[in-house]
Amino acid sequence: MHLADGELPQDYLGYTYRKVLFILGGIVVLFLLLIISISVGAVSIPPYEVFMTLIGQNLTDKWDRIIWNIRLPQALTAIAAGAGLSVAGVAMQSILRNPLASPFTLGISNAGAFGAAVAVIIFGTGRMTSTTAGAVVINNPYLTTIIAFAFCMLATMAILAIAKIKASSPEVVILAGVALSSLFTAGVMFLQYFADDTQLAAVVHWTFGDVGRAGWPEFFLMATITIAACIYFIANRWNYNAMDAGDETARGLGVNVERLRNAGMIVAALVTSVLVSFLGVIGFVGLVCPHMVRRVIGDEQRYLIPGSIVMGALLLLASDTVARLIVAPYVLPVAILTAFMGAPIFIYLLLRGYHR
Amino acid sequence: MILSVDELKFLYRNTKVLDDIAFSISEGEIVAILGPNGVGKTTLLKCLNRILVPKEGVVTVGGDPLGSLELMEVARRIGYVPQRVETGRLTGFDAVLLGRRPHIGWDITEKDLRIVDAAFKKFMIDHLRLHSIDEMSGGELQLIAIARAFVQEPRILLLDEPTSALDLKNQVEILDRIRNIVTEHQIAVVMTMHDLNTALRYADRFIFLKDHSIHTYGDRNVITADEIEAVYGVPVMIGELWGVPCVIPECLCNGNGNSKREDNQELSPMRKGRAYVRYT
Repeated sequence: MHLADGELPQDYLGYTYRKVLFILGGIVVLFLLLIISISVGAVSIPPYEVFMTLIGQNLTDKWDRIIWNIRLPQALTAIAAGAGLSVAGVAMQSILRNPLASPFTLGISNAGAFGAAVAVIIFGTGRMTSTTAGAVVINNPYLTTIIAFAFCMLATMAILAIAKIKASSPEVVILAGVALSSLFTAGVMFLQYFADDTQLAAVVHWTFGDVGRAGWPEFFLMATITIAACIYFIANRWNYNAMDAGDETARGLGVNVERLRNAGMIVAALVTSVLVSFLGVIGFVGLVCPHMVRRVIGDEQRYLIPGSIVMGALLLLASDTVARLIVAPYVLPVAILTAFMGAPIFIYLLLRGYHR
Repeated sequence: MILSVDELKFLYRNTKVLDDIAFSISEGEIVAILGPNGVGKTTLLKCLNRILVPKEGVVTVGGDPLGSLELMEVARRIGYVPQRVETGRLTGFDAVLLGRRPHIGWDITEKDLRIVDAAFKKFMIDHLRLHSIDEMSGGELQLIAIARAFVQEPRILLLDEPTSALDLKNQVEILDRIRNIVTEHQIAVVMTMHDLNTALRYADRFIFLKDHSIHTYGDRNVITADEIEAVYGVPVMIGELWGVPCVIPECLCNGNGNSKREDNQELSPMRKGRAYVRYT
């Protein structure tokens, strides 16, 4: 064949450099936002001092404990959770061939909420002890997390079993996810109906996703799973491109589509389950961040997956920062802010159309 | 011989779709799979690159049984263009570059880019490089899909109804380009088709499927009016216009198209065997 005689396509390479620049720009903004996020809150810390503290050159000891014990784990948790939910979302949209798919399409968030409700109401792991905001105490956060995670996994396994029976048909998986969501929602309502006021408050509070719940050990666990998931999806970017071109095209390109779908669902479900059971339900990020990136740099997975990771981290970190400022000194759970922040940007992007 | 099929049998949920299929194909040949709707043309095509796994029988590619090859190795030998191609927000170049998937390790290399660049020139679609494929016409999209299968550098190209959704100009352009690359690169093409006239013009050999198995397999000489009537159940005439053979269904040739013709007795001998009329 004389095919290798082609030229290097400078026009195409120039076009891809712009996408790379977008992603690199996002990483720079993310870093700046991290500094700002750490510096603001009930106590303001000058950004310069934040930076010096982070690189180990702290000027004064007084900020040290706030930064290392409270603000940094919270900000990094927001980055990890945003990245994890967003990468799970972009993968689910490909796997299920549906723009409305998100990490929660499989019914995972409702399963997690049901698990938390079981823990709080049946096992008595938490109750609200005063009416001041933020005073809901989960007596036994680990048991709550473990039970929530167990129910997330239960939902995942049910979906995978259904997918196996129906040969990974995307429609069946989506509809089964809707059915499971409804089932768990009904379960939560059933339990809430018999709960007392303090338990009810604890369950509702749990479902408001909040990145402030995590300390360093939780962060490391979430970050490990998120990084592993990101590496998995980036490594499979070509296979996801192939799957986007249609199942038959993908098979013709040597991609085992069923196996790719099932493995992708397992990875996405795992990362979502871990994040949901530690942090509660944080919606919108996983659904909308991939679409924001699609609008700017298109559907090519080589750029879409890393772009979504950065965008998810950015949106959740920005939301968390604003959540700490908006009704200071109270701190809102980030889940309330993600949609407030993301929806207007997303609607603007929808109206603007595609970037060319 | 690049591809051979022996005693292939395919069941779909215990219903027999294909049975006792056997044929072989050489490099530089275009083979058309013909037959009525639902007879299993697409199924047969998919059995040739293991998108579907036959119940029995052996498909051999370049001397190796298909079942012994890894999926990626199959994709390096056989390219496949389905009837339906999904679009998305990516450029023509991205879409064709995807065809290098079976050759890509962690990432693409300069060689991959050069090959894709050459394919755009070869298929004369350079103007589509940076066009988004979700804004392309059916004909443009089909060329992109064929170019994608071509950069797999396969020895066999399987095309499922490559022209069924296209207008006359696009049909001719696409099949001309396929003919060129078959001649130039000595690859084999197997395509399913509905249009007998197009098949007659571009294919070297023909497989007629009927009742789950091969009714006839051979070169142009096997296409007779009797054969076509036996397979499709429609009486036809085969004539020749300016040296080009053409198949005309009988019920349509008097222009009103609503009944089988009975009046023009002088045309009926053409149904017998291979009688040709020449219009000048």
